[in-house]
This record gives sequence, structure tokens and C-alpha cells, in this order.
Amino acid sequence: MNFLIGLAIFVAAILGVVIFLALPWLGMLVLLVLLALWMALTRRGRQTASVAAVGVSTLTQRLGSSAVIVIGIAGVVAVLVAMLAMANGYRETLRRTGSEDTAIVLRGASSAEVSSVLEHDAAVVITQAPGIARDDSGKPIVSPELVVAANLPMRGGDPDKDFGSVQLRGIGDQAWKLRPNAKIIAGRKFEPGKYELVAGKGAQRQFAGLEPGKQIKLGNQTWTVAGIFASNDAMDSELWADAQIVGPAYRRGSSSTSVFAKLTSPAAFAPFKAALSSDPRLQVDVTTTLEYFSKQSEGTSKAITVIGIVVGFIMAIGAVFGALNTMFAAVATRAREIATLRAIGFRGLPVVMAIMLETMLLALVGGVLGGAIAWLIFNGYTASTLAAGTTGQLTFEFNVAPSVLWVGLKWALAIGFIGGLFPAVRAARLPVTTALREL
Amino acid sequence: MKYFHLIWAALFRRKTRTILTLVSIIAAFLLFGLLDAVRVSFAEAGQSANGAERLQTGARLSFIQPLPQGLGAQIAAVPGVKDVAYVNWFGGAYQDPHNQVFTFAVSPNYLDIYPEVQVAPEQRKAFDTTQDGILVGELIMQKYGWKIGDKIPLQSQIFPDKSGSKNWNFQVVGVMSSKDQKAFQSQMIMLHWKNFDETTPYNRGQVGWYVSRVTDVNQSDRIAKAIDALSANSDHETKTQSEQAATQNWVKQMADIGLIVTSIMGAVFFTLVLLTGNTMMQAVRERTSELAVLKTIGFSSTSVLALVLAESVLLLLLGGVIGLSLVSLLAPILTSQSGGMITHASVGAGSWAMGIGLAVAIGIVIGLLPAMRAMRLNIVDALAGR
Repeated sequence: MNFLIGLAIFVAAILGVVIFLALPWLGMLVLLVLLALWMALTRRGRQTASVAAVGVSTLTQRLGSSAVIVIGIAGVVAVLVAMLAMANGYRETLRRTGSEDTAIVLRGASSAEVSSVLEHDAAVVITQAPGIARDDSGKPIVSPELVVAANLPMRGGDPDKDFGSVQLRGIGDQAWKLRPNAKIIAGRKFEPGKYELVAGKGAQRQFAGLEPGKQIKLGNQTWTVAGIFASNDAMDSELWADAQIVGPAYRRGSSSTSVFAKLTSPAAFAPFKAALSSDPRLQVDVTTTLEYFSKQSEGTSKAITVIGIVVGFIMAIGAVFGALNTMFAAVATRAREIATLRAIGFRGLPVVMAIMLETMLLALVGGVLGGAIAWLIFNGYTASTLAAGTTGQLTFEFNVAPSVLWVGLKWALAIGFIGGLFPAVRAARLPVTTALREL
Repeated sequence: MKYFHLIWAALFRRKTRTILTLVSIIAAFLLFGLLDAVRVSFAEAGQSANGAERLQTGARLSFIQPLPQGLGAQIAAVPGVKDVAYVNWFGGAYQDPHNQVFTFAVSPNYLDIYPEVQVAPEQRKAFDTTQDGILVGELIMQKYGWKIGDKIPLQSQIFPDKSGSKNWNFQVVGVMSSKDQKAFQSQMIMLHWKNFDETTPYNRGQVGWYVSRVTDVNQSDRIAKAIDALSANSDHETKTQSEQAATQNWVKQMADIGLIVTSIMGAVFFTLVLLTGNTMMQAVRERTSELAVLKTIGFSSTSVLALVLAESVLLLLLGGVIGLSLVSLLAPILTSQSGGMITHASVGAGSWAMGIGLAVAIGIVIGLLPAMRAMRLNIVDALAGR
């Protein structure tokens, strides 16, 4: 019998966690409303409410031990939310870089821009494809670009040793029209035909010497930093210069690595792709930039998410046992009180529900606290890493989105659920006579 | 030591509570062990004794820029350089273009520069004589279940062959292994540079980077400068650094692993201190009268203090040792699941020392308050339950 009950509780615990983790916010709302209705309308519900009210009102006397639940869970949620916010920020930064109505053309089977080579002739053929939007003067908005890697000293590091890799993009005039969100925020645009470049604001933060008007050395050539641009996406981590200068400087001649094209509409992508794929002069892969950049972020953001969940899970185990400990102690000190309630006619269910409610309330406070801490410290926090599929550092901001906070809150509730269930059932199952005699 | 049974009995006075607390501590130390293994694995990257005597020479402009092949002979002539090998990045992928495998095209003497990489003599011979032969790291062999003699198609992400196809076919002729799979060659594929250069029309005798071995490690700074001086003011200036420095530079660019690990551990241990601290407070509070009895029968105040402190340190040590032992069991799984990110996860002596040091320190911190309380206990008040 005992074994069966133990098993039932265990199954209930697993089910509860699965439900909490899978529930969308609407489902949680329905659950809350149902609970409130039950507590307001049925006899047992009202009993639950009164027992829970007693428990909550005595919380202040058990501040120390209640704090264990709150802080334990806050710790788990803070770490989890921070890691998920990192993955989210990384993914969002790359996703923002692409859009559905711009296409990127790479040489076939190249997984990234740096490993692709398109000869000048190929780039010209691509420019003539159908579906490309035109600017006011009737020129197609197409930008053959040449991406290479450059070495620059890291900010705050030893200028002789601490070199980082940054992506240098050789662009033409149309590139600015293709990316209307890229704006110069300091200095001016580079002048075509000169050894001048503009730096993204992410790159500026990462590397030393990228100030307007200053000169930097790439290899044995001296470049002037003409200005700083911001586009609020992955391009922020790059340097842009004239493709006609970058090509010879990096011994790439007039070739490009990729061709970006602005399409008349997202619907124009299919014919654009079909035209290029069937062109016998070309052997290229065509994707929308949205798909291309989303795919670039896949591996890294998945890895960060997995790490976050593993770390969060191990911490959650610790927090569950902390909560169990606290609630067992709370139930033990109130054993007599609970037994008295049951002796005067309260049933088991209200007692279980009341203790669960109390634990969940503490868990909720912990979850909110943890989420708030993560949001205060990490929202907008700038980090950088070597991005997959590029040759440079990618700067991105942590993004503590509501969806991330919601996941953290669900974890908190799940931990509270397990932490409260076992003590609650013990309290309800303790024989009344034994409990009354206990001191 | 003679009071050990007393401490032990006090610790397990309430079994549920102690065990629940213990599991929390184990979880914390498990996390500590895993994260520290990751940190050490990144910190140790390229730091083998052999790594210090190897210099990498790449283009100063950027690492994707090739160098002329003729530079090799000039580097070999620099005094103090024992041997020079050259390598090209092949950019291999297996089955799916996104499924990257580290693949390098290497010069014939490449393996001589890496004495820690073991290849059976007959396999080495087979490699030297098979034009389309490849040597495969043991981890990759395991991952894809390849056997010696298998024909493997690899896709290059960068280099097409003469017909424009990027599908290359190779024959597995040998396995590269190393002690504890520590060398990065355990996770890479090597093909002949000559085969590579002749098959693709795009390389035209260029070299990705040079690896040279020096005779005297203490001279490596001077030698690195001498190598860079060879190409100064040319259109292919080079940058030479020790393999160790180069690897560390990469790791640093990937992420500040140390900072991430430290901040997570900070959160974990802060939570742990509060959690176990509360348990210890509870434990001492409910034992007030017992402690008073101890004092009555002649235990001095300081020995009561020591007893309580020892109890909390013992609790932490138990959890710490169990947690770190669990990591030792889990580490091989971590290594195989990380897909090459973590080469050699294990709990080294350093991690053990740090973990145990932390356990003792946290034990003292959380035990101090309850222990002081026990020490200051007034016998009469405590026995009267006041």
C-alpha cells in the first residue's frame, strides 16, 4: 500500500513537472482560474483557502527557512534565464541581419560567405536576374561583396600578442541601399577608391584603434577609419570598405564571395532562385538572407541552450532538495496544528493543497526574483564570440525576452511543485493520533 | 579524531534532513567539477610540452590568406629551426555540407613535427605511398564507424577539383591516436598536400601556414622574429607565434570561459551557503539541550565550537567528495558528447584540491554562526529551555 502511494506521488510529480514545463501561458491562466473557482465555490476549496491563509500568515516567523526556497529557486532561474538570454540574443542578432525580401547568392555547396568564391563574370550574370528591385535611378539593388578576415589588436589586450579576427567586407555603393538600417553614427562614409573603411559599433567596442579619423594597419597597409556605423545586427561586428580596394589588397582581384540582392517582394524569390539555378553559366546556391543567417546561428544558439539547461537542471536538483528540506521542517513544526485541523473534520485534500499552494507561492517569488536579477544584470549585456560560418568576432547583446522569463518562471513552479508535493502528502497521511501526541 | 563517532551521530541525527542537504551539496559540487573540467580543458589547449617548441607562421593580413611555398625553404634555413612542415585548410564536410570535419592537407614531414601523434609504422608507410590516402583521428573513426581501407567521400567547402566538383574521394589508410586522445589530431583528417594541390586548380602551390619545430624552446622568441623578418615589407608578411599562444588566442576569442564558469559557480555556491547554513542553524537550534549536557559533563566551550564546526565541514566534505567522484564517472560521457569541443575532461589533482578547499571553506563559513551560538550557550538557560 505504502509503495503504491509512493509510486502514485512519484508519477504525480513527474506529470506535474511535464505539465508545468509544457504549458503555454494561456493554459496556465486557465489552470489558475479553475483553481480560484474551486477555492471560492466548493467546500473543500474554501477549507484549502483557510488552511493556506494560516500557512502564509505564519511565513514571517519562518523567514530564514522560507528564504532557502526563494533564494535557491532564484539562483536556478537567474542562471537559466541568463544562459537562455544569451542564446536568444545570439539568435536574434543573426536573424535580424536577414530578411525575406533579400537574397544571398553563394557558390554552390559553400556553407558560408568566407568559403565561397564568385568570379566577376558570375556576379554580373546574377545582377541581371529577374525579380530584383530597382532604385530611383533605375539601377538594380544588387551588391557583390567580398568578405575577408582581418587581424586587429583586441581592445584592452597586449597590442603585440592579443590579436582578434574581424570580418572585413568589401562593398559597393548599392550595399547601403540594400541595408537601409545601417547608418553612420560618427564620422562619414568611406570614399571609394581610397584606403578608407567604416567600422561597425560592435567591432569598435571589441577592437582597439577603431576611432573616426584614426589610422589602423591591416597587414602592411595603412587604412583610415572614416566613420562608425550602426545597423543593430550582425553587420555591427564588421568593417566595411570599398570592394575595389579590398580585392587587390587581399589578392582577390575582382572576385567576390557573395552577391546580395534586394527583391521586389518576398514572392519574387522563387523565380529569382529558379532563374539562377537553371543558368548554365552559374553553379550557385540561392537562399533568402533570413534563412541564411538563421541557419548560421543554429549550432551555437543550440549549444548555449543545451549548456544552460544542463547547468540549470543540476542546480534545480539542488534547489528541489533545499525546498523539500524546508517544507518537511515546516510541516514537522506544524504537525500538531495540522493534526488538530484534521481531527476537527478537515479532509486530506485541503491540507495537501494548502501546503502545495504555500510552496508554489514561495517558488513564484523565487522565480520572479531570479528573473528580475537576470534581467537587471544581463539584459543588453554585450558579449562576443567567434561566430560559426564567419571568420570574425560576432558581438551580440543578451536578450532577456518575455519568452525567456516565462521559461524561467515555469522552471520555478516545477521546482516548487516537487518540493511541496512530498511534504504535503506526508502531512496529510500522518495518523492524527501520532501527530497530536508529537511535540 | 576520537570524537568522530559523536560528530557522525550528530550529523545523522535527522536522516532525511541530512540526506536532502547532502544531495544539494552533491549537485553543487557535481556542477563545480563539470564546469572546472571544461575550464581546464580549454585552458590546457595546446599547452603540451611539445606545443611550446612548435611555432606557427601564418599571414599577418589574416589567417585565411595563403603564403608562397618557397618561404618554407627560407624558414628551414633560419638558425635554430629543426624542421618545417606546411598545412592547408581543406574545409571538409562529411555527408551534409554543414557537418564539418577538421580536414587539413599536410606536407609529408608533418607527422615528424608532432611526435605525440601515434601512427602504426605500416599505416604510415601506406599513407606515404597512397596518393589519395588519408589518416583519420581515432575519435572521428569511432564517430562515423570507418574502417581502414574504406573509401570516404568528403566535400570541400572551398576547393573544387579540376572538373569543378567539390566532392573528393579518399581512402582511409591509417589511424592517428595519441595518449588520452589529447592531441587535436585525434579529431582531424589529414590528406597529402601534393594530392590537394594537384587536384584543385585554385591553390597553385600556396600554403596555408607553416609549422616549424625549434631546437631550443628558450630561443623561440628570437626564432619567431627571425622568421617574420624574412617576409618583412613583402606582400605576404607573416606572423609567427608559438602553437600554445596561437591556441590560447583562439580560445580567448571563442568566449571568456573563465568568466562564465566563475559567475555560474558564484551563483551556485552562494545558494549553497544559504541552504546548508540554514540546515546547520536548524540542527544546532534543536540540539540546544544536548549541547548543554555536553558542556555539563565537562566539554569545554571551544571543544563544543570545534564539534559543531567539524560537523558542518564533514557534511560539505562528504557532499564534495561524492559530487567530484560522480564527475569522474561522467567525464568520459561529456568528452564524447561534446563533439570535439572538449578534448579531455577529467577531474585533475588541481580540481580536486580546489573542490576540497572550497568544501572546507564553505563548511567553516556556514558552521561558524551556529558554532559560536553553541559555544556561548549558557548551561542553565539551555537546560531550562529558555
